[in-house]
Amino acid sequence: MTDLTRRFAFSAAHRLRSEALSEEENVRVFGKCANPFGHGHDYCMEVTVSGNPDAHSGMLLPRDAFDDWVRESVIERIDHRHLNDDVREFAKLVPTTENLTLVVEKWLREGWPRRFPGRECPLSGVRIEETPRNSFRLAGRRR
Amino acid sequence: MVLITRKAEFSASHVCALPNLSDEENERLYGKAARPSGHGHNYVLEVTLAGEIDPVNGMILDLKELKQIIEREVIAVYDHRFLNREVPPFDRVVPTAENIAKDVWRRLAAPLRANGRKLHSIRLYESADLFVDYAEPESP
Repeated sequence: MTDLTRRFAFSAAHRLRSEALSEEENVRVFGKCANPFGHGHDYCMEVTVSGNPDAHSGMLLPRDAFDDWVRESVIERIDHRHLNDDVREFAKLVPTTENLTLVVEKWLREGWPRRFPGRECPLSGVRIEETPRNSFRLAGRRR
Repeated sequence: MVLITRKAEFSASHVCALPNLSDEENERLYGKAARPSGHGHNYVLEVTLAGEIDPVNGMILDLKELKQIIEREVIAVYDHRFLNREVPPFDRVVPTAENIAKDVWRRLAAPLRANGRKLHSIRLYESADLFVDYAEPESP
């Protein structure tokens, strides 16, 4: 089994608040991250595809096609955006990096057939670093 | 079972292109990597072994042994070489990161097995932004 992973960078703002909680409760749960004006991060994201490389080209996925898929499915939607205010998925959902990881996986699967019609999506992993000290990834192989 | 990983580096040049394609078709498939004179990378290799801890010395193996096998079987062969011209099978097989990782596995699995060691996986970084993990199912 071969896994091919590529790293991408994006920068975005967010605030972590739940409408179900009071101001005091939001601060208690989310701390500084609950600041109503938001704050930002330079995120790094690893996207992994798995399978057998093409016998002819020796690649699991051509690099340019990999980049185009991730750029149009994910990067263009969130880079230099405010996740809560600019991204529909986070209108109600708290944009923790846990939730962002799940949303990114959904976007990548949805975006795959637009670029690779008729081919099964080989996505097997998404890992997002919110800062160099904390990262989130889907556990196990998801095919 | 415990996993142990040893890192090694080598620098090499390569071209990613298929002989039956035109320059334009190769550039469409491989991008800048298809430019015919070649280009280079500082590859970083991580070799992971699986094993049980020896109750006496507290180790899976002496890391020196693993270092020497990686040095002899991979680094001495790849380092400061033009892979397409100087390192078989890359005279016939395109030296993509995927194929290099597989070749590293092929070079290491047998000598490690001969020493009673079990190769678990290979990670090959072509750059900080692109890496390949490779593992073969356990052979009987």
